[in-house]
Amino acid sequence: MKVTKTTLMAGAIAAVAGAASAEEMTIVSWGGAYSKSQLKAYHEPYSEKSGVTILNDDSSAEAVAKLRAMNEAGNVTWDVVDVVAADAIRLCDEGLALEIDPDTMLAPAPDGTSAADDFGDLLVSECFIPQIVYSTTFGYRTDLVGDTPPSDVCAVFDLEAYPGKRSLEKRAINNMEWALICDGVAKDDVYDVLATPEGQDQALAKLGTIKDNVVWWSAGADTPQLLADGEIIMGSTYNGRLFSVIEEQKQPVAMLWDAQIFDLDGWIIPAGLSEERQKRALDYIMFATDTQRLADQAKYISYGPARASSAPLVGQHADLGIDMAPHMPTDPENAKNTFLYNYEFWADYRDDIEAKFQAWLAK
Amino acid sequence: MSDATQSGPMLAADGTPLKKSLARSLRRRKLRALALVAPLLLFVLLSFVIPIISMLFRSVENGIVSETLPLTVVELQHWDAESGELPDEALYEAFVRDMVVAVDAKQHTRLGTRLNYEQTGMSSMFRKSGRQIKRIDPEADGPFKDKLIEIHEGWGDVDTWRVIKTHAVPITNGYFLNAVDMQRTPEGAQAQPEDKRILIKLFGRTLFMSLIITGSCILLAYPVSYLLANLPMRASNMLMILVLLPFWTSLLVRTSAWKVMLQQQGVINETLVWLGFVADDARLVIINNQFGTIIAMTHILLPFMILPMYSVMQTIPPYYTRAAKSMGATNWTTFWRIYFPQSIPGIGAGSILVFILAIGYYITPEIVGGTKGVFISNRIAYHISSSLNWGLAAALGTILLAVVLLLYWCYDKIVGIDNVKLG
Repeated sequence: MKVTKTTLMAGAIAAVAGAASAEEMTIVSWGGAYSKSQLKAYHEPYSEKSGVTILNDDSSAEAVAKLRAMNEAGNVTWDVVDVVAADAIRLCDEGLALEIDPDTMLAPAPDGTSAADDFGDLLVSECFIPQIVYSTTFGYRTDLVGDTPPSDVCAVFDLEAYPGKRSLEKRAINNMEWALICDGVAKDDVYDVLATPEGQDQALAKLGTIKDNVVWWSAGADTPQLLADGEIIMGSTYNGRLFSVIEEQKQPVAMLWDAQIFDLDGWIIPAGLSEERQKRALDYIMFATDTQRLADQAKYISYGPARASSAPLVGQHADLGIDMAPHMPTDPENAKNTFLYNYEFWADYRDDIEAKFQAWLAK
Repeated sequence: MSDATQSGPMLAADGTPLKKSLARSLRRRKLRALALVAPLLLFVLLSFVIPIISMLFRSVENGIVSETLPLTVVELQHWDAESGELPDEALYEAFVRDMVVAVDAKQHTRLGTRLNYEQTGMSSMFRKSGRQIKRIDPEADGPFKDKLIEIHEGWGDVDTWRVIKTHAVPITNGYFLNAVDMQRTPEGAQAQPEDKRILIKLFGRTLFMSLIITGSCILLAYPVSYLLANLPMRASNMLMILVLLPFWTSLLVRTSAWKVMLQQQGVINETLVWLGFVADDARLVIINNQFGTIIAMTHILLPFMILPMYSVMQTIPPYYTRAAKSMGATNWTTFWRIYFPQSIPGIGAGSILVFILAIGYYITPEIVGGTKGVFISNRIAYHISSSLNWGLAAALGTILLAVVLLLYWCYDKIVGIDNVKLG
């Protein structure tokens, strides 16, 4: 009798322990307003539906290095990780991310379009599930630019019309492209030119014309802060950050929707998860990247949903009550002149050009 | 009588020779001491020494090429890289066999990333070719040479094979060469092209600026420590809290606060303009350059200088200075001949602490350093977390460690490490 009781208790404990571990998953993201938008749009509805508790970890900025370290240690503690597309490609190359089959692992659009077609070209890597389209673009102080506010990106390089400091990201990517475009290179030729040493020198020379007037940023929050302080008259940052400066904080700042560089952010599932955890991660992904969920996220942050079918469903901002569609980088009004980050190019050239860029910066 | 004449060894009470018995008891005591510290020793070894060694080992480890392409590496031995001609069919066949296995294990893209550090374009070449090679049957589909060149023209480029051959060694000096702005080439070590040289400059800048920061910490900390040690208890306790308060504040908060203070629309510039010392259109540039880094880091590291100095100064007996003065020494002589020499051990301890901490800093220089105020650690952080070139990061780290040890040794020779006190 006693034996049975103990066995039962042990069984019950094991069941509770098993259930507890089955009910939790760790999702890694960027923190701040972005994580909050995911919490509202994805995590909360998913927890309600499935009973899984979701733990947040704001480690996306170091996700690539940490995942590699976890993988080498043989103990991956993350279930789903939010990374930019370039990092997803790197993780996929390193064998650190699970390959995704869009037909079986992602939900089709409500009208039956397959996920592969719905995401289209945005599936830039076998391991990457796109979530949002964001753009890196310029914001400017409306009170400091004089009577003719800038209308194209080359204003950044025009010190005569717009004297003052500008901020650029402390890396080669994006800046090199803008420099070439403003140095007369046709948009379609930018990456061909940039692949040659002469083209790289040309871009650096163009950047050199404004080097003394640039504040270089490394965190996305820098430019909005510098704009708000009046430290710079224009600067590049993510469009969502500018949205919050303009619409939420009501600063005298406006956005330049020209030659904005599209980039993608999305999910990967780490390679080497146990079967049970992988199944749970896939279940979450299936839910969180369906058409409605992606459209829901745009209620909380001004990034465009990665599915074509989500665009018509984008509604109003949850707190401000303004229409979000005109603030999406993918909105036709904003996307007249855009530039898609060339992942293949930068995967190859990043090490080389970045080294040159840093050496140039230090000069 | 017989005892006095005995010529054998001295015996212990139990009859064993005294020497042996003594040695045994000493050994037992040593073992017991070892057993007592064993947990700590083991902990330090497992969690500190081994990880560091294994991280440092990455700076030379390069097994990936020969592990991913074992057959190709053997074939490459027979190929003369200087001939200027493409390798023969046997090598291409070996390569296809290796790649089929590698693609299956998803190792080929890792190798591509590794080789891309050396030659731009390798990453996409391996990724794209992998997709196609997957469909080739190494037994039936030969010959492979033209097929591969059709898949990607890079395989028809002599340089591709030269790079693979150059980096096929399992232990490489390549990362160390990269770390000192050189590169491993088929012709031996060569300097990097001029527009990519940056690391030596950063090493120099890191050392130079760390010295300046240490120097300015000494200048600022000395009077504060003197006050701390000599004021009445109440006042010095208050002062101590002021010294420690920033210590408990987050590093990022303190660094960001300096940004608010120093930027062109910041507190200092605004005040100077308001007072009329500086024209509105000629505001001082005191952040996003070396000056900003020096100010912010001096402030952040100051407590590490004050605390050892204070604890040493506290032990200096006041009657020495009183004696000197009573014998007619001026204030300056008293300070310089009597007080200062006794406070040197504190300066030494503080300097070592501050200098070593400064050399490894990267968050503060990243935020306030602009382009001219960043340190070598910023590049290490970049290679660890962004480019994933851990080999280069490890090589940079190893060099930094060696430089610090070397400086420590110099310090020991010149000042003497016995002359350092923490209180």
